[in-house]
Amino acid sequence: MGEFKVHRVRFFNYVPVGIRCMAYNHQSNRLAVSRSDGTVEIYNLAANSFQEKFFPGHEGRSTEAMCWAKGQRLFSAGLNGDIIEYDLEKLSVKYSVDGFGGPIWSMAADPSGSYLAIGCEDGSVKLFHVAPDKIQLERTLERQKGRILSLSWHPSGTHIAVGSIDYVAVLDVKSGSTTQKMLMDRRHPGPHRRRCVVWGVAFLSDGTVVSTDSAGMVQFWDSETGTLMQTHPLSNSDVLSIAVAEKEDSMVVGTAEGTIFHFQLIASRTDGKQSQWVRTKPFQHHTHDVRCVAHSPTALISGGVDAHLVIRPLMEKVEVKNYDAALRKITFPHRRLISCAKKMQLLLFQFPQRLELWRLGATEAAGKNEDILPLSRNAEHLLQLKKKGPENICCSCISPCGSWIAYSTASRFYLYRMNYENNSVSIKRVSKVPKLLNSALQILFSADSTKLFVASNQGSLHVIQLSEGSLKHLHTFSPQSGTSEATTLLAASPDGSWLAAAGPSNGVSVYDLKHLKPHCTVPAYNFPVTALAIAPGTNNLVIAHADQQVFEFSIPQKQYTDWSRKVQKQGLHYLWLERDTPITHITFHPQKPTHILLHDTYMFCIIDKSMPLPDDKTPLFNQLSLREASENVRRRHAHAFKISKKFQPLLFMDLLDEGTLVAVERPLEDIVAQLPPPIKRKKFGT
Amino acid sequence: MVAEENLRVVRSGGSKLNFRRAVFSADSKYLFCVSGDFVKVYSTATEECIYVLQGHSNLVTGIQLNPQNHLQLYSCSLDGTIKLWDFIDGILIKTFVVGCKLYAFFASVHLEDSVFIIVNKEIPDGFQLASLKLPKSPSQEVEAKELSFVLDYISQSPKCTAFGREGQYVVAARDLYMSVYFFKKKKTFRFSLPSGNKKNCNNIFTCIACHPKEDCIASGHQDGRIRLWRNFNDNKNYTYTSLHWHHDVVMDLAFSIEGTSLLSGGRESVLVEWRGGIEKNKEFLPRLGGTIEHISASPGGDLFCTCHSDNKIMIIHRNLEVSAIIQGLVKDSVVNTGLMIDPRTKALVMNGKPGHLQFYSLQNDKQLYNLDIVQQEYVNDPGLVHIELMKAAFSSQGNWLATVEQRHEKEAELELQMKLWEFNEQQQGFILNTRINMPHEDHVTALCFSDTENSETPTLVTTSKDGHFKVWILTNDSDIYKQAMGWTCDFVGSYHNYQATNCCFSEDESLLAVSFEEIITIWDSATWELKCTFCHRPGKIKNLCFGRQTCSKYLLGTTEKSFLCCWNLLTCALEWSVQLSVIVLEPDPNSDNIAAMSWSSGGSDLFVFKPSEPRPLCIQKSMCREKVQCAVFVPRDVPESFISEDYQWLNKSQFYFLNESQDLMTFSTKSPEEKLTPSSKQLIAEESLPTTPFYFLMGKHRKQQETNEIMENELIYHPSAEDIPAISELLQTPAHVLPSASFLCSMFVNSLLISKGTKSAEEIPDDIEMESGKATDDSDEENDISEKVQKATNDTVIEDEIIPQLSKTQERELRKLRKVDYSWMCSL
Repeated sequence: MGEFKVHRVRFFNYVPVGIRCMAYNHQSNRLAVSRSDGTVEIYNLAANSFQEKFFPGHEGRSTEAMCWAKGQRLFSAGLNGDIIEYDLEKLSVKYSVDGFGGPIWSMAADPSGSYLAIGCEDGSVKLFHVAPDKIQLERTLERQKGRILSLSWHPSGTHIAVGSIDYVAVLDVKSGSTTQKMLMDRRHPGPHRRRCVVWGVAFLSDGTVVSTDSAGMVQFWDSETGTLMQTHPLSNSDVLSIAVAEKEDSMVVGTAEGTIFHFQLIASRTDGKQSQWVRTKPFQHHTHDVRCVAHSPTALISGGVDAHLVIRPLMEKVEVKNYDAALRKITFPHRRLISCAKKMQLLLFQFPQRLELWRLGATEAAGKNEDILPLSRNAEHLLQLKKKGPENICCSCISPCGSWIAYSTASRFYLYRMNYENNSVSIKRVSKVPKLLNSALQILFSADSTKLFVASNQGSLHVIQLSEGSLKHLHTFSPQSGTSEATTLLAASPDGSWLAAAGPSNGVSVYDLKHLKPHCTVPAYNFPVTALAIAPGTNNLVIAHADQQVFEFSIPQKQYTDWSRKVQKQGLHYLWLERDTPITHITFHPQKPTHILLHDTYMFCIIDKSMPLPDDKTPLFNQLSLREASENVRRRHAHAFKISKKFQPLLFMDLLDEGTLVAVERPLEDIVAQLPPPIKRKKFGT
Repeated sequence: MVAEENLRVVRSGGSKLNFRRAVFSADSKYLFCVSGDFVKVYSTATEECIYVLQGHSNLVTGIQLNPQNHLQLYSCSLDGTIKLWDFIDGILIKTFVVGCKLYAFFASVHLEDSVFIIVNKEIPDGFQLASLKLPKSPSQEVEAKELSFVLDYISQSPKCTAFGREGQYVVAARDLYMSVYFFKKKKTFRFSLPSGNKKNCNNIFTCIACHPKEDCIASGHQDGRIRLWRNFNDNKNYTYTSLHWHHDVVMDLAFSIEGTSLLSGGRESVLVEWRGGIEKNKEFLPRLGGTIEHISASPGGDLFCTCHSDNKIMIIHRNLEVSAIIQGLVKDSVVNTGLMIDPRTKALVMNGKPGHLQFYSLQNDKQLYNLDIVQQEYVNDPGLVHIELMKAAFSSQGNWLATVEQRHEKEAELELQMKLWEFNEQQQGFILNTRINMPHEDHVTALCFSDTENSETPTLVTTSKDGHFKVWILTNDSDIYKQAMGWTCDFVGSYHNYQATNCCFSEDESLLAVSFEEIITIWDSATWELKCTFCHRPGKIKNLCFGRQTCSKYLLGTTEKSFLCCWNLLTCALEWSVQLSVIVLEPDPNSDNIAAMSWSSGGSDLFVFKPSEPRPLCIQKSMCREKVQCAVFVPRDVPESFISEDYQWLNKSQFYFLNESQDLMTFSTKSPEEKLTPSSKQLIAEESLPTTPFYFLMGKHRKQQETNEIMENELIYHPSAEDIPAISELLQTPAHVLPSASFLCSMFVNSLLISKGTKSAEEIPDDIEMESGKATDDSDEENDISEKVQKATNDTVIEDEIIPQLSKTQERELRKLRKVDYSWMCSL
């Protein structure tokens, strides 16, 4: 594997933002997750739950509800009273429409997807018609007393159940009138009488309304008669969310104690028709409030204040015991938040609200393996750049020479020129930015820091010549054949002649920078690309996909390399394929052309292309055991994948020079320490 | 009268009641529980033992009501038989001989003519559930060998096997596996749980219960979790809900009869009722006293019962109120106090529940009450060191009770407390009079009272390892606020700082003997002067007692080096000594006999002797295999009159002893059949009817009806049916032991005839003359009967017409039959 001096960076104070709401799309098996800062992420559950799309947050936009309508259209609504539709191709907000009912607390699309119902602060439920390019207010249903905190459509689309404070009402869509009103029990188990807030409702096709409330109850009501049929007291704290499986044989609720409960519809007798809802298993994967839950056909999905997105597969629904059968806990974004100026030893950290520039520490000491070297110079916080305006930072990059910093929000692009004099840093905004650079999805500097590549949200790729005084727009690569799919990943060859770009669903395209023309496209692959890099010298493009496959594509020859074919033929090790997180960064060793360095959140790997590939029988993680073994054994057992799991959770790793690595870790304990205290629960025996 | 059989050692009640789940009768009036080789039938209303069903020759391992006839009870035993009982009358109906050890028994309504047993074949630890076809045969003893195995490798405990709704499936669990066998599909599903090495997880199954109405199985686990399994007819889609309250093993589970609630219990001694299978909906019945071992629900649904580790059955009403407690002899603690007799109640007194003294009636085999000495809630946690009740002594009249309790944690100071309790006549119980903290510096080794009627103050002597003996007397402790009597220390004695080990008052209480390691000192109890010392080196003194009655001049002591010595107090010399390793030395308070029990590898031996006579009265070699812990003489209420020399010592008192396995034993000369005619047998079931409001209503109504009927029929019936002995006997005798109806007919008819008081008396002589004239060879008894017949024939014309005049030979035959009948009846 080789020996490296590692900068172990733990001063990246990134705290993931709590999850506020979720919407699961059965058709595409995608999950839209909204965080409390307004960020919306789209996870492709079919592709190992890869976070393939991302919409940066906005200060004035707090999402309270999200839903999919008309198949693939995503809407969100929030306390600012607007309904927003997202453009899933261009990765931008399509439009926003005022709901005219004050803050919107809840939203749901009818089963056909052609209507949206929103529950507003003023107690009204408004119906919006979903037209091809817009939504239009159609009517307002009978106004209730108190804000509408939750609503659910009957699967036939004729009725809506709404949950408010102290009651659940059933509204007839056609007449707009209230047909039933079920009052909650106000005899609270708590010390003082609080009002019972109905946090969630679910309308089942047999007319049952399920409500979850702040009294910790899950209650089953008959919407015909308005009678309470079943009560499940679950916890002493609020039950915040509910989601029902499409087949209506299973549902999941999330509580403020961080527990999610699974309910199943079980026949009380094997032969009989009668069946009842039974609370079966509790799962405690969260430490804080579970604000939202979703139910995919094979898994229970939950997210909450502690920012973990947990995908808990239902074992009985899983056919084959494979990757999908494992519990998933997604904490960190599947994209790079850190960029590195190698020569200057600078790290640029991207936070939603700011950028931080740090200079790495240095040491003169030398030591043996595993030694911790004393620092002669501490790491230095050089700069903090706060974003301007309400929009969150979407992407950022520092040039390899360290003298340029670029970042972009959803609507503006910023470029800064850095000056390092002795120990002081001065920064100057480059004001004359070409007009077409109004926003970017991905920014990349060329290896010699003379060119800037910007992937705009229009699908086009801009190439800009950087010079001391002014910027010069060199070329724009427009998207092929009219598709406007956004580009989210960029990679430039170190010699400056090639540029590779990839989007969430289109393939990888390679552009010739010398001649400023498209060069070729890499053959399409079913799974989204998670990382890209072009090797120095050979100009081989290394592509990592969400299904953990790694391809090597020779750009000059426009074909996969022999090694890549060999890997595909033999197949990767099963433990490699079962890894949990996607590869987020690929780099190369300048002196060892056969080495590919890549990492995901839980491991760092050097693939030595000259070594034999491991088969399923050989242990994949054998570095530690081989270290003690004799030379012969080592030679016999060594294989191409040299994996180190020493640094966890690993957000970024790069090679600074031949013998130095930088690893950015973000320990989970540090994140937990920054979260608000969880609900105190009495634990037996303490 | 007394058959002079061999003296035998017999178990004297107090056997385990909590070995298996207790079973309710269909009407919840009776409760059955296994008790050693017997099955006991209790009344749920009165807590009284009504019958003891005996017939098994080994431990009874399972009981269940006959699902086909709820007035019958099945029982199975390690002796390889299944017996069917009529529990109303306490009669054995049938015995099925299976021939291998049976560990549990199950029967289901829906699976007719076959029952299920747990047997053990081949491997010592592998138990199987087998179905057994019970052959239909009229004979009393039937061989039943048609075994077919249902489930293999299951747990021995019947708690881990349960039959599901309508007998459709059977569940058995063992270790981490649960198997469900469906009878219809003949298919087994097997579910396993992870061994769970992580945090406090221990998924081993401890008990199983099935929902009576739904397809739901409840299982209890080692870590206190309860799982409710559903969808278990599918290897993949099965699911379970877990309920967790218990922090320790779930000992047993039971569903209520409708299945709406689940009861669970464990070492916390809290009965938990889970309503509707929802974790938050639970009710508790706490402080039940001992680990809940078994729970059962009555078929009527109104009662539950829990069996506890302290040999107690609690009957609990549906609304979680304890309605009755059946308490056996508590035996799960070390008997520090030894056996004592309460002079007032003649009850056996010993350690009971932790920190309690139990008063146990030997006659009724029933605990009378518990006296809470320590008065501290017992926390059932293995790590805790509790206050233990170490010593107790009664004054001779039973007015005073002295108790010593101690708590000795390692590396901590000894905590000692002596309490003196006075018997309160009004409250009929002991009331704490004086509490003395640290009466001694070290462990108290013995205490004894001197409290004869003539002595003015009761005196208590305690000896301790700190080398002192202390004399405590009752003094006036009154002050301006109240009149009170209290105990204070009067004298402290010691002898060369040796540890004081025993103390004993002579019968007239003029002398006190205190042993200090190897030396016995005699003190004058009036002046507390040391009178003399005795010593028999080497060996410390273990037991000490004065002779009684004619032998009161003797002092007996045993030493560690296995000597039994007898000193004469008049001559102050050793009278005799014998090499015998005596463990228990117990004088009989009602005679001059002394019992000594010794132990050798072969077993325990008993010697009964008079100190004045060198020859023992009785020697019982190896009367019991285990070491004897303690023994006591219990005065008899009615003195027996054994003629044989061997038993004379048992005339005035009975001798009870407790061996190391905590069995209470006694000597008996009677054969077991004789011994078992308990007075309780006469208890008729009807009498134990609870007097509910409904009973008052309906009972009165019925009585009224009866009287009305009697009024109406007064002309025909003179006496009511119950008054005629023949009829009442006929009605009270179980049907299956009655002779055929034709035998009984005439008797019955006769009994219906009205005797004509005084009027007929005049006619009798004539009849007799007539009769004697006809048949002179008839016996008097027959005459008596025939007289009635004649009476009948003569008196009423109508009767004559109905019953045709019998020929003489017929008549004689009938009489003979009647004669047979009557004698048989009388014996009943």
